[in-house]
Amino acid sequence: MDKISESITRIDHTPKITGAAMYVADYPTVGVLFGKLLYSSKPRARLLDVIVPELPEGYLVVDRNDVPGENSVHIVLDDTPVFACETVEYIGEPILMVVGPDEKEVLRIVNAIKIVYEELPAILSMRESDVVFFNYEFGKGELDKSFSEADKIYEEEFRTGRQEHAYLETQGMIAEPHDGRMTVHGSIQCPYYIQRAVAKALGYDAGSVQIRQDVTGGAFGGKEAFPSILACQTAVAAHKAGRPVRVVFDREEDMEYTSKRHPSLCTYRVAVKDGMVTAMDIDVIYDAGAYTTLTPVVLQRGIICSTGVYNIVNLHVHGRAVKTNTVPSGAFRGFGGPQTFFAIEMMMQHIAKDMGIDSITFKQKHLAVLGDQTSTGGRYHFPVPIPVMIEEVDKVCDFRRKYKEYSKPQTGRYLRGIGMSLYFHGAGFTGSGERDFIKAVARIHKTADGTVHILTANTDMGQGLKTTFTKIIAKELDLPYNRIIIENPDTDFVPDSGPTVASRSLMIVGELLRRAAARLSVEWKDGEDQIIEEHFQEPDFLVPFSLEDFHGDAYPTYAWAVAAVETEVDTVTGLSNVLGTYGSFDVGTPIDMNIVVGQMEGGLMQGIGYAFMEQISADAKGRIRNNKLSDYIIPTSMDVPNLEVIIHVEKYPLGPYGAKGAGELAVVGVPAAYVEAMEMALGTKIDHIPFTAEDTMKVLQEVVNK
Amino acid sequence: MKFILNGTEVEYTGALNARLLDVLRDEYRLTGVKCGCREGECGSCSVIMDGILTNSCLVAMGRAEGSTIVTIEGYSNTERFRALDKAYADVSAVQCGFCIPGMILASECILAKNPHPTEAEIRVGISGNLCRCTGYNAIVHAIDIAAKEGSGLW
Repeated sequence: MDKISESITRIDHTPKITGAAMYVADYPTVGVLFGKLLYSSKPRARLLDVIVPELPEGYLVVDRNDVPGENSVHIVLDDTPVFACETVEYIGEPILMVVGPDEKEVLRIVNAIKIVYEELPAILSMRESDVVFFNYEFGKGELDKSFSEADKIYEEEFRTGRQEHAYLETQGMIAEPHDGRMTVHGSIQCPYYIQRAVAKALGYDAGSVQIRQDVTGGAFGGKEAFPSILACQTAVAAHKAGRPVRVVFDREEDMEYTSKRHPSLCTYRVAVKDGMVTAMDIDVIYDAGAYTTLTPVVLQRGIICSTGVYNIVNLHVHGRAVKTNTVPSGAFRGFGGPQTFFAIEMMMQHIAKDMGIDSITFKQKHLAVLGDQTSTGGRYHFPVPIPVMIEEVDKVCDFRRKYKEYSKPQTGRYLRGIGMSLYFHGAGFTGSGERDFIKAVARIHKTADGTVHILTANTDMGQGLKTTFTKIIAKELDLPYNRIIIENPDTDFVPDSGPTVASRSLMIVGELLRRAAARLSVEWKDGEDQIIEEHFQEPDFLVPFSLEDFHGDAYPTYAWAVAAVETEVDTVTGLSNVLGTYGSFDVGTPIDMNIVVGQMEGGLMQGIGYAFMEQISADAKGRIRNNKLSDYIIPTSMDVPNLEVIIHVEKYPLGPYGAKGAGELAVVGVPAAYVEAMEMALGTKIDHIPFTAEDTMKVLQEVVNK
Repeated sequence: MKFILNGTEVEYTGALNARLLDVLRDEYRLTGVKCGCREGECGSCSVIMDGILTNSCLVAMGRAEGSTIVTIEGYSNTERFRALDKAYADVSAVQCGFCIPGMILASECILAKNPHPTEAEIRVGISGNLCRCTGYNAIVHAIDIAAKEGSGLW
């Protein structure tokens, strides 16, 4: 293990474990007004009237007429209103905010306001939608020829469901107007995203808006775009009130009205000749919900991942994101990858099964290797370590033996299965994002006393960035950790090093910091104040990515994973008892072993939840029925007691000390491994997740009925 | 009414139907007690009430009369906390941190009842405390380490 990988006490450990850390809800509320949003109760309707009771003194209603700038939230396409306009487009769309000094009174007023709607027809299912927000298509090779010459053509549809982030800390924001400026602080991933959004909504120049990150209690993508919306609403309210306003969501509104992982519908047509896949024709539909938010980028990553870890020479991929009158889908760890990785891995498993060979052998025959083309005609510029990682996982869980054993017919109350999934996560922003949009800047400031301040816009939301950034500076300058200062980002002081998303922060910004520190170590002058800044440069080996042609290197490199899940089904209760979840992960050099292992374990667990426990269900009007932690079930300490992680290291020469992106990887491919295990146990074919205990009961019932 | 809060007797004159969680956070400014769900599901608001791990969101103030309540702010001054603190640090069990004050108090309650718990007993002991970051392994390991290295404290 490299020296840099040796774990240290996390920089944020002490304030968090003692309870001293200040999350947004922990700030004193003296002199602060409480804000509560009133949401649409209709999936689609014209707003005819808003009847507000007489307001006590000191209480305000804030709506679209109070937005001093533009009533649209800057995200990508800016179609999300700050407050609803003439129509509402989903249950949960914010119509107005009530603001006042007493929280209970604010709530009473919200409940007393009457909205008069004229209901309009709503589209709740993506199959029924004819509004296509985004439409991408790409391909290569000879598709028609491959299909016409095929021995057999397989076609299958796969579905994935919504997933809720269920970060333990709900969304929250405080906006404070002062001296012609607006300061907003809260639970956030991307300070500069919010700064641009709030400036647009207020009609301020960006410099008049200050965004500070508070200690953030988990995010997983859920605090990438949504906080821009909440920050605009809170800032508009604070602007109108001329006083600080605070909005902290309760769990129900957070679960019902904030973004979720995109539901998906993937149809694969696959040509097979002489036992090998020769072509794929892939159709991908993502349910964007009512507004576009981050959907274009999520869909891009989704379709780029649609061939999985395989070298598919003849290919056609068509991806669409459609509008439904449901809560807007958004970023969630994996960012479009988990949906198509589920589909491709299931497809490969089903073909292998049909051909009567084990799925790992079949998959290995199709693996991409160094130098192969990616789905979009880029290259795998670095080794693909999947074969070695398969052996590592096999060794730790005796995979092949169990696979053989559990594949035989089983009898008795308990049935077992084991499955394996192969996957990657493209490290960094998709496509040309780093080069064209983000253009990251990182800065270090050495003060005269020899203290080094790390200045970036990247946030620690639990993933350990403060610690890994600090370790990089400490190593490069040979400084003790206590001479290095890293605060939560504040846009008044830090440059725009881009959002904390896409598993990019350590690989991209961490490397900028390393280079800055390397320069400082050469230029160091005792007793002097020195500032060193580094700017992102596109690696020169890349096939430049073009979004228009959907061609080129979508990512400079990839983090790789092999995950296996072993489970036992109780045929009486339908419950699945996960006996073990195992994974080998290559994220390059771990900048801190404990932190990387923690990311992998946490990600695996979210993948297990996604596979069979976490289900969002809605009624006929599209209202989410389970908006509580008591009816949306996330894994507890009892659910996967046996969780084993192996760290495999393929260094990336352009990441700091060889590090690649880590945060998202683990979750991406877990469901296919779980579902393969369930198929084995139940002796059936499965095409969707979550595959719940109720689904299991249905399968068991069918067996009884036969 | 009176109760003992982190070792000091306090007098409370507010509503008896207020939630202990809100009173601890708002009146006593003990914001290490976190609010995650207000329905007793997540355990972020855990306190130790008369020696028992308790979701403070489900306790009406009337029930707190005469009780002894320990929050993370009080517990973090103890020798036992230092053993848990070190163990959690050694395995980097703290990620976003939101569940952690509750987890620490759950850890204390496990070890107070059973100074040498098995892994399975540790998992049962924290099963009322949700964590979305870690997958629980690191937390389970930390409690196991604390039990061993802090032997004699419990």
